[in-house]
Amino acid sequence: MLRLMLRIRRFEEKLAELFKRGKLPGFVHLYIGEEAVAVGACSALREDDRITSTHRGHGHVIAKGADVSRMMAELLGKEAGYCRGKGGSMHTVDFSLGIMGTNGIVGGGIPIAVGSAWGDRQLGRDTVTVSFFGDGASNQGVFFEGMNLAAIWKLPVIFLCENNGYTEWTPTEKLTAGRISDRGVPFGIPSVQVDGNDVISVHEAVSEAVGRARAGEGPSLIEARTYRWHGHNEGEEAFSGPYRPEEEIEEWKGKDPITTFAARLVEQGVFAREEIERVDAEEKERIEDAVRFAVESAYPDPEEALMHLFYDERPRLQQEVNR
Amino acid sequence: MSTDRRLYFIRAMYEGLRDAMREDKTVVVIGEDVDRSIIGATRGLIEEFGPERVRNTPISEATFVGACIGASAAGLRPVVDLMVGSFFYVAMDQVANQAAKLPYMSGGQVSLPIVYFTATGPSGSAAAQHSENPHPMLMNVAGLKIVMPSSPCDAKGLMISAIRDPNPVIYLQDAVLGGTRGPVPEEPYSIPIGEAEVKREGEDVTVVAIGALVNRALKVAGEMERDGISVEVVDPRTLVPMDKKTILDSVRKTGRLVVCDNARMTCSAASEIAAFVSEEAFDSLKTAPRRVAWEDVPVPFSPVLEKRVLVDEEKIRAAVESTLATRTRA
Ligand SMILES: Cc1ncc(C[n+]2csc(CCOP(=O)(O)OP(=O)(O)O)c2C)c(N)n1
Repeated sequence: MLRLMLRIRRFEEKLAELFKRGKLPGFVHLYIGEEAVAVGACSALREDDRITSTHRGHGHVIAKGADVSRMMAELLGKEAGYCRGKGGSMHTVDFSLGIMGTNGIVGGGIPIAVGSAWGDRQLGRDTVTVSFFGDGASNQGVFFEGMNLAAIWKLPVIFLCENNGYTEWTPTEKLTAGRISDRGVPFGIPSVQVDGNDVISVHEAVSEAVGRARAGEGPSLIEARTYRWHGHNEGEEAFSGPYRPEEEIEEWKGKDPITTFAARLVEQGVFAREEIERVDAEEKERIEDAVRFAVESAYPDPEEALMHLFYDERPRLQQEVNR
Repeated sequence: MSTDRRLYFIRAMYEGLRDAMREDKTVVVIGEDVDRSIIGATRGLIEEFGPERVRNTPISEATFVGACIGASAAGLRPVVDLMVGSFFYVAMDQVANQAAKLPYMSGGQVSLPIVYFTATGPSGSAAAQHSENPHPMLMNVAGLKIVMPSSPCDAKGLMISAIRDPNPVIYLQDAVLGGTRGPVPEEPYSIPIGEAEVKREGEDVTVVAIGALVNRALKVAGEMERDGISVEVVDPRTLVPMDKKTILDSVRKTGRLVVCDNARMTCSAASEIAAFVSEEAFDSLKTAPRRVAWEDVPVPFSPVLEKRVLVDEEKIRAAVESTLATRTRA
């Protein structure tokens, strides 16, 4: 778990650097500070379980097993990327790992997760689906519709709300009434709030929910309280102005999910400090390799832009049909 | 396909659904009250296939439309009854941002075999929110196949093709056609998606008509034959991907084009067809193409107002006559 959290952290730090240097096409939302949620949750899943993710999704995808080199290639718009450069940060998909996609539409993944759980259940599998979404997404209608549908059909889906305290640049409490974790109660859905900076707490809550889901007992709602260290998106300073107190940021940095977990492991004698440093060095190297791989990879042939519209047809064929 | 058996359009759709469900256990039908079915296409399926495969949903269009994405990625073949065409608007994020784009955005990783079908279009004083035809909007989304059958025979064959297709397919059943009858073969059969049909051959003018307007165009063609005018009627049947070739071949033969669309004029399928014909067969055109489509207003309630806005035989006939009356190009 520590290794995966470090991998996410180093991956995101690298993206921040690439963005600053103008090397990243488009825009990115970084996950730094929230790593314990993705890793705590995905470590409670099997490989054939599925997730849907968000615009802030690199952490979820890495925690679910995605290869950072192919991710980096995707983020640079290269052919070797997960989606051959068609998806980018907000549309990274690897179906073979149960990654049903990061998503550019806030709340957009929720119905897909509910449906994936429905499909698996109807086909007799005991797999579960976790839908990651933010506090902002918890105000979308599909969240309530999705909880209702999952409850009446007893679907093996876990609604995992990452409450990082802000919806873009507005504090959550100004936009979101009551406690998000209470929102499952009227649907009869077991709902809890956990410390999203404590990877073990998240892991335990998700494991319990997974147990219920596999046993056919239906959905769960988990609200993980956490915090993002970086801006809503990289480069926000250009227009956002200051919107959160420095002390608040410092306070949350003091609750860093990685250093606190590492300290605990050292204290309990699970790992020596040097071992952790070695793991971190390996992960840094892995990210450097990923950047090298991505930079050296080729761009897709521009004609590829016309491919993959439909599953069974190549673009030329499509044009022939049209002529 | 010749047969003496005549079926109602709605029963033909039902047979398509039933045959596809028999053929493949992963086909499931969902929607609001699909066990009883207000429109009728799903009525009776629950008796044969049970409540696991024929499921009533809550009134949550965005969510059950989107759920089909996850479910089809997991291995089901969901077929959704949306009941009324305008209800697409409620679910548009999941239709346009998710279902239509996921296969493309993922670089072709995933197939999403989903059918979204609905009764649609004006049905007589149903007023603005129950008379829409959303196909112009959906045609512009990219990533959705769209079929719109005009006969019971096409209704069954296109339903089977839509369900077998590995992509999201929108199946629009023009509401007024539900009670029409025509020959329908007993056995399962498919009508290929992407193939237009010349419903009547003619020499002087090509009339491309969509959905419920096909029968109206055929009627006009029959009447005009008595005046010595020979009208060819082409039914695209599939709007995406469009069978341009059949339409272009017809225009190259007749040199005149009238397109009748059961939708508002602006950005209608008629506009699209007139545009590609102008681009690709300009030299064959003896006169400018004409579009016959709705006025650009919501469909009003009162019968006299509704008639003013919608397409009827008079308007089709007038358009055909005007292409013959205008001076032809040298
Ligand atoms: C439907 C929709 N509305 C608005 C946006 C613009 N937008 C992108 S992220 C975001 C805030 C999301 O907040 P939250 O769900 O709390 O996630 P967080 O960014 O905090 O991780 C908004 C409004 C969008 N992408 N999609």
